[in-house]
Amino acid sequence: MTNTMTTRRKSNLTRGQLPKYTPWVVVAAAVVLAAAIMTLVGFSAFGWGVLAAILFTVGLTGISAAVEGARQAKDKLATCLVFGSFLIALLPLISVIWTVLVNGIPGLTFDFLFYSMNGVTGQFDDAAAAGEAPVVGGVYHAIVGTLLMTLWATLISVPVGLLAAVYLVEYSEGGRLAKAITFFVDVMTGIPSIVAGLFAVAFFAVVFGPGTKTGIVAAVALSVLMIPVVVRSTEEMLRIVPNELREASYALGVRKWRTITKVVIPTAISGIASGVTLAIARVVGETAPILVTAGFATSINFNVFSGWMASLPTFIYTQIITPTSPSNPDPSAQRAWAAALLLIILVMLLNLAARLIARFFAPKTGR
Amino acid sequence: MSKRIDVQDLNVFYGDFKAVEDVTIRVEARSVTAFIGPSGCGKSTFLRTLNRMHEVIPGARVEGQVLLDGDDLYGAGVDPVTVRSQIGMVFQRPNPFPTMSIRDNVLAGVKLNNKRISRAESDALVERSLRGANLWKEVKDRLDKPGSGLSGGQQQRLCIARAIAVEPEVILMDEPCSALDPISTLAVEDLIDELKDNYTVVIVTHNMQQAARVSEKTAFFNIAGTGDPGRLIEYSDTTEIFNNPREKSTEDYVSGRFG
Repeated sequence: MTNTMTTRRKSNLTRGQLPKYTPWVVVAAAVVLAAAIMTLVGFSAFGWGVLAAILFTVGLTGISAAVEGARQAKDKLATCLVFGSFLIALLPLISVIWTVLVNGIPGLTFDFLFYSMNGVTGQFDDAAAAGEAPVVGGVYHAIVGTLLMTLWATLISVPVGLLAAVYLVEYSEGGRLAKAITFFVDVMTGIPSIVAGLFAVAFFAVVFGPGTKTGIVAAVALSVLMIPVVVRSTEEMLRIVPNELREASYALGVRKWRTITKVVIPTAISGIASGVTLAIARVVGETAPILVTAGFATSINFNVFSGWMASLPTFIYTQIITPTSPSNPDPSAQRAWAAALLLIILVMLLNLAARLIARFFAPKTGR
Repeated sequence: MSKRIDVQDLNVFYGDFKAVEDVTIRVEARSVTAFIGPSGCGKSTFLRTLNRMHEVIPGARVEGQVLLDGDDLYGAGVDPVTVRSQIGMVFQRPNPFPTMSIRDNVLAGVKLNNKRISRAESDALVERSLRGANLWKEVKDRLDKPGSGLSGGQQQRLCIARAIAVEPEVILMDEPCSALDPISTLAVEDLIDELKDNYTVVIVTHNMQQAARVSEKTAFFNIAGTGDPGRLIEYSDTTEIFNNPREKSTEDYVSGRFG
């Protein structure tokens, strides 16, 4: 808007401003200068990037201070710092995704998705490593195990978490019990996941005898981790439902429990559903509690109530720690990377699902 | 339909704090009664005690009697839900249910209580209620659209339609026009004038012209100072209150000398 068609001459109001292309010139200068310095002291890509960023910040701030004055210079410096922090936060994420993609895509085949590790021995991997046969064995049993255990964990934690949140928001009136529940939920959020696993093991050892390792034990361990997240997110969502809606419902002669089930929860359902999905995404990658509760199976098991079960994280763990063929760990590593890629895709899909659910359930607007 | 309300020696407390003291008032059936007074004088609080909505606030309680055609609302064994289905309420800010369509908003009182109702009956009820709230012409082609898409004044009339759909005896209105523009206010006031043929209407308002326009009787509430309970100062015909008040403070208030 500053450069309108009619004002070709320099406006007095825009005096002392740097031209729009200044940052790009400074970037180019900083990159070239950093490259020159780095060749003198020994080149490395990482050092080049860091040095260029520092030179750019100093250069732009300095030029701005000289031409535009102190206030603009401070603004430029703050912009550089904010943007730099953003890049630093983003770098690990991009790096992780890139590494997993590069290492995981070769192993991610159709057979990999729909075969288990049942009967795959070191001989197959030796042959694969020698280039005589393709890498066999897959992750099907682990996908089944992950989905089933997460499903059961969700079935346990959603009712408990939802009802606890309803109690806290609608019924407790800030009493001592509510304060205690809130405190212990906060404590539970901080429980190390291995402790949750050990709790589930101990619990089932007391009820069904020691050594019970099944999918449901893992589901209980996961639900211990999920419940506090579900309670917290549901509580937040119920609290932001305006009190006026509750009063409107009461004023129509509607009972409290009906008001909660028909007005309050439907109004908050999009937030609750996405909170639950994010809680699932949080526990789907848990390794330690599953290792101690469900063991690590190599064959397909659809029954969570009997026998060991695999999951994607434990699959990755066992493939790396104890390769199928100890002398040729490469095929196992390839399977582990492919499983890791699958796990990331699964978590991303869950996050996407949370957004879709939130949009789908959100109160409709429009005329 | 439409019943009389008799209040006898009513005190309202929030915990230990006495918010309203010694109110005795008779609200006739099929009439419009306005409560006026400065902010914080307890008129809204008192209004809420007429259908036990104050119980939603933790620690709120009353002493005294509120009789609906002779039956005590606070008698032993009286279910507040029964009370509220007979005495409806419209709030200061329009609050249609955001998850429901216009049609479902009108039917909310029926549907939320899981009463069985046939399609034909519900269609008739929706039309009757929306006509009763002077909203039918404006929304009849978009009944399945969300209620939150309406303008503020339309939303408020939707809330009134929702309140009359449960066929109450009495309708309480807590500053129903304070969030509306003058045109919407006029629409709601016209509606109040029609409602009094079938319902007992009690309205709290900060707008004295509004009280003068819509009501037959007016009650003036006041407080002596912050921390003191609100009291009913004067209650009589609206013309009396505005033209020939008995109390000095009423005259000061309605003539704009304070408040």
